[in-house]
Amino acid sequence: MAGALNAALRDAMAADDRVIVYGEDVGPLGGVFRVTDGLQAEFGEDRIWDSPLAESGIIGTAVGMAMYGMRPVVEMQFDAFSYPAFEQMVSHVAKMRNRTKGRVTLPMVVRIPCAGAIGGVEHHSDSSEAYWASTPGLTVVMPSNPADAYSMLREAIESDDPVVFMEPKSRYWSKAPLALPVTTAPMDRAEVVREGTDVTLIGYGPTVRTALEAAEAAAAEGLSIEVVDLRSLSPFDDETVSASVRKTSRAAVIHEAAQFGGYGAEVAARVTERNFHHLAAPVLRIAGFDIPFPSPKLEEYHLPTADRVLAALDTWEWDA
Amino acid sequence: MSLNVEHASVRTLPSEKPLRLLDNAGHAVTGSATGGFGLPDTQTLLELYRKMVVARRFDVQVTALTKQGRLATYPSAYGQEACEIGAVAALTAEDWLFPTYRDSIALLTRGIEPADILQSFRGDWHNGYDQHAHRTAAQATPLATQALHAVGLSHAARLRHDPIVALTFLGDGATSEGDAHEAFNFAAVWQTPTVFVVQNNQFAISVPLERQTRAATLADKAVGYGMPGYHVDGNDIAAMYAVTSAAVERARSGGGPTLIEGVTYRIEAHTNSDDPTRYRAARDVEHWKRRDPIERLEKFLVSEGVLTESMRTEITDAAEALAARTRDVMTIEAELDPLELFDHVYGRERAALLEQRASLEAEIAAGAFASHEGAAR
Repeated sequence: MAGALNAALRDAMAADDRVIVYGEDVGPLGGVFRVTDGLQAEFGEDRIWDSPLAESGIIGTAVGMAMYGMRPVVEMQFDAFSYPAFEQMVSHVAKMRNRTKGRVTLPMVVRIPCAGAIGGVEHHSDSSEAYWASTPGLTVVMPSNPADAYSMLREAIESDDPVVFMEPKSRYWSKAPLALPVTTAPMDRAEVVREGTDVTLIGYGPTVRTALEAAEAAAAEGLSIEVVDLRSLSPFDDETVSASVRKTSRAAVIHEAAQFGGYGAEVAARVTERNFHHLAAPVLRIAGFDIPFPSPKLEEYHLPTADRVLAALDTWEWDA
Repeated sequence: MSLNVEHASVRTLPSEKPLRLLDNAGHAVTGSATGGFGLPDTQTLLELYRKMVVARRFDVQVTALTKQGRLATYPSAYGQEACEIGAVAALTAEDWLFPTYRDSIALLTRGIEPADILQSFRGDWHNGYDQHAHRTAAQATPLATQALHAVGLSHAARLRHDPIVALTFLGDGATSEGDAHEAFNFAAVWQTPTVFVVQNNQFAISVPLERQTRAATLADKAVGYGMPGYHVDGNDIAAMYAVTSAAVERARSGGGPTLIEGVTYRIEAHTNSDDPTRYRAARDVEHWKRRDPIERLEKFLVSEGVLTESMRTEITDAAEALAARTRDVMTIEAELDPLELFDHVYGRERAALLEQRASLEAEIAAGAFASHEGAAR
């Protein structure tokens, strides 16, 4: 996936000289996850460069650059490092189009490597998606596989609206044969990545794999699980999700972030509001515990697993 | 307009006494207090005087309209005319301005219409003017955030080889914010064509400067970032104009950013909802009223024989005409379209917003909002 993102950046920069890339360590190092590897050598320091170590500065200057017609793609390096930029994101990036009645638009992409399961120490494994998704004006997407990573990043860069592009770190090393450039579904659409008839499991980013694992295990026990990869957190693709839920009549959402006030609450509420009479059971949430993200040696206890998903499904009254 | 600049050195500490080209009695200053800057020519000064008189009248008028309930709020810049106008007048129409909520008279100086300037304070929409047409960003309310936008925009212009400078205003309180630091540092590291003008009006709402910083001057902060800093008498428009012009030209020619501190005073309250008698003494306000930027320049222009009685009348008439126009536009309630609430959130249509828009439209059609009857389109 890191390679697919690298290719997407390279192709976008080659296609449009307004696309610029900066952030911490994105230059000669190629980013701590090597997503920007080789780009500075290819495009030069006027197109991609290392910024001072200051996240609010990165986002705030990107606002000014986008105002001048550039298409900045900036990196936050790690999820929890984006918090110093919260004000710029919420007060300006999200609101600029609105406060100026559409006269000033911000075609910028904020790349945020996100979530855990890589053995990261404190502040390197957060799931911050709910903060961004609950902010009107932002578009928030999270690919789960290399093909989507390429296609969605190209689309995000071409978007005239600011996009928070979240990259699940645990999927950086996932591999898939790809003939580039690849175009998958539009980035605001969810996708059914596994067909099933009994349960809809809704995941995004890292938990799509968890959902697929659970579906695989359940199939052995004769339970047919459909898996929906949300891909876009904001906007939410009600149509695809509701169609699946109406088919299966049961739904559960999986995410790594804490459950309380988390993104899963929005999913459960939307699914229920729109499909209550089609539901045979309450919508479940399988999430991380309501605790700060734990240390590396303890994270396996915190992260939702396929077993936890299956255990949660067992809490439903299946005869009903 | 002409200016005379000798030099500026990055390693020099800003002067402890503010740079001044005209003293409080309106006499030209000579010697070290000028920092090597020369007095702008009298025609330039006359033009700056006109702009200050018109802006003062506008500010007084808007404050009065606020007291009459025509505006939800208005942060006055009374007393800060030299800072605001001296700095903005140094820009060309191609340059960009990144203002804060207190900089309405700077917007006026940029040629923006009163109704458009006041749209946000009246409560009609967050911002009312065309940012691109006036090369003036939306007024920022969160402190120091706009300084980073100025750095980014001017850096982008430089990457494009466009000779454009971005000037941004900050208050003394804003220099305590993290974004001020990040903006100063990014600008210095990237050597962007940015001019930071700190209007030190002594108070951040009620908190005085000594509770804000231990630095001897706010201009001192520039030294740590590796850019020139100037400590200027912000009630001397000749000095503000000369120093800002030099900084703008230096930025335009690739010399990087500059930090200018204009020492001034906020004569009015923070906004109409503030009570300044709780935190400052009347004698301090009187002291600063005696250092009025307009009177100072007026004394000089009269003593030079540049400002005649007929000219003064003509300028006063122009100011009164603008005030009348401002009164007129503020008595007309703007036609607001509540459905426009949904129009400028995203460029791409969103199903959820279309649904919410339709539901509001139905509510309006059903007469749920009597005041907006007929507003649905």
